[in-house]
Amino acid sequence: MADVGETVARLVRQTPRTCARGLALAAAAVGGLPLFVASLACVLLLPAGLGVVFAPKSLLAVRRQADRQRRWAREWSGVTIAAPYRPLSAKPANRLFLVFRRCRWVLGDPATWRDLLWTLVNVPVSVVLGLLPAFLLVAGTWFVVDDCGTLLDGWTNVVPSDFLLQVLFLSMLPACVIAGPWLLRLHAAAASSLLAPTRKEMAARVGQLTESRWEAVDASAAELRRIERDLHDGAQARLVAVGMNIGFAEQVVKDNPDLALTLLAEARESSGQALSELRTLVRGIHPPALAERGLDGAVRALALSLPLPVDLHIELPGRPAAPVESAAYFAVAEVLANVVKHSGANRAWVQLEYDHGRLIAIVGDNGAGGARPRAGGGLQGIERRLNAFDGTFAVTSPAGGPTQVTMELPCELSLART
Amino acid sequence: MRVVLGEDLTLLRDGLIRLLTAYDMEVVAAVDSGPELLRALVHHRPDVAVVDVRLPPTFTDEGLRAAIQARSALPGLPVLVLSQHVEQLYARELLSAGTGGLGYLLKDRVSDVLRFIEAVRTVAAGGNAMDPEVVSQLLARHGRDEQLGRLTAREREVLALMAEGQSNAGIAARLVVTEKAVNKHIGNIFTKLGLYPAEDANRRVLAVLTYLNA
Repeated sequence: MADVGETVARLVRQTPRTCARGLALAAAAVGGLPLFVASLACVLLLPAGLGVVFAPKSLLAVRRQADRQRRWAREWSGVTIAAPYRPLSAKPANRLFLVFRRCRWVLGDPATWRDLLWTLVNVPVSVVLGLLPAFLLVAGTWFVVDDCGTLLDGWTNVVPSDFLLQVLFLSMLPACVIAGPWLLRLHAAAASSLLAPTRKEMAARVGQLTESRWEAVDASAAELRRIERDLHDGAQARLVAVGMNIGFAEQVVKDNPDLALTLLAEARESSGQALSELRTLVRGIHPPALAERGLDGAVRALALSLPLPVDLHIELPGRPAAPVESAAYFAVAEVLANVVKHSGANRAWVQLEYDHGRLIAIVGDNGAGGARPRAGGGLQGIERRLNAFDGTFAVTSPAGGPTQVTMELPCELSLART
Repeated sequence: MRVVLGEDLTLLRDGLIRLLTAYDMEVVAAVDSGPELLRALVHHRPDVAVVDVRLPPTFTDEGLRAAIQARSALPGLPVLVLSQHVEQLYARELLSAGTGGLGYLLKDRVSDVLRFIEAVRTVAAGGNAMDPEVVSQLLARHGRDEQLGRLTAREREVLALMAEGQSNAGIAARLVVTEKAVNKHIGNIFTKLGLYPAEDANRRVLAVLTYLNA
């Protein structure tokens, strides 16, 4: 009995919150109507040209609403609705082409249209399911407060049909308490029917994940091979040479001190080179500055070591998880290395920020432009690295410059800045 | 003594040429890839080949394979293989490529110049020079072997040195004992392992390695 009492108490306590959430659903649904109209208008305006710019913006706003709906379903009713959107492809393009591609990406995704349909369907669904708990609460309470006295006085005079009506009114409050959460769940289920990925989209996503996983595994194996090779031909070989020179010097020091001195000098030089190669290698594996200062500090340190001035705008309220941090760092480092090697720029800039669950890194330069990712090249390597994190990568590099590379990585930040 | 050198890293190639030359050897060819090595070996027929396991173009075990191939064309061609790591597997492949004139050393060993030069000469003379690392790996693998377990600690030391290709006199000098004592140990080892005693250093090493590699 105690358990039942507790459950009832909990349900009663939750009732105001449930009602508020229902109201929020209804308000959001009605508030989404202008966006639906605007989106429709933009799509109809597509042939007129301007729609190319505004349709994606408006449809992405619809997408954000749908995302909020998914979040509420998860947080309020425990109904998980996965986001079904296709990733934006990362091929390079000039600005104009990027606008078109963005447009095609948004318009070509069936999930976009289901989102839009949901914006419309959501209105009646939310108005009914969302307002019902609040209505039951208000009506039930009003009945109890206003009519309770009358009811008790005239209990004996009530005719049977009235009696049933009274029972119905009286049951409104319990119905609100018990059915409220259930109504919200029903709404979440309705949302899921349009907002969740279809079977086909799931299959496509699995295919894409399989591919990006394979690329990530492949990239890390290649990385290990590179490290082994660098060690074998670099530091390890130099240390062998150091040993050989010192041993040789030991043998000839009495008979030929001049040769011994030369050998020792060479040995010292080789050992210095071995150390510097080890340092370079370590930086390539995990830069000490990244370990010590995080992405912010490591990018600052990197910028200082480059032969051209780099303007930095870094606003990160926390640190991403280590793998994301490392991927972002190496992506920025690789792009900056390309700037130094190929662009002929005399100025570069790096912008790092965090917005809506995405780490955004923009690296640009005022060089010659015309940058293209080549098969097996550095830019393609970055793309693969970022793919493993569902990140995106886009290059705008018109001939004559400027070149700008935009990378986005979905991630969470840990707020403790350590 | 005429030497063909196969080493792709300039730093080490130049150092080795200087070292070998200083000890009265003539480096008749110094090449930096597998195919070139094979050509140079067949063309020059050197007294000994000093070969890096990993060579271009594949950067795999190109050097080792070129050496084994050259030995099938020129049976008994003495080959000293150098590497930055030793693998029992490679040692076994090398030993299966005929008898005598074989060595397999870690590159680190060049820092002990005199012993390295001695190893080159031993191999050139048809002897063996196995890296102590290979030998200790072999011994470790057979550590729980019943027969090997009956050897005393001293006898194991002697066995290891024999496998490296040391002569009785060399073993005596290394362990700071008389040659007579070494002879006695070797007799005991052969009896305990059921090997035929042999005077020829090369046959001895082969017997030991064959036993350990079995």
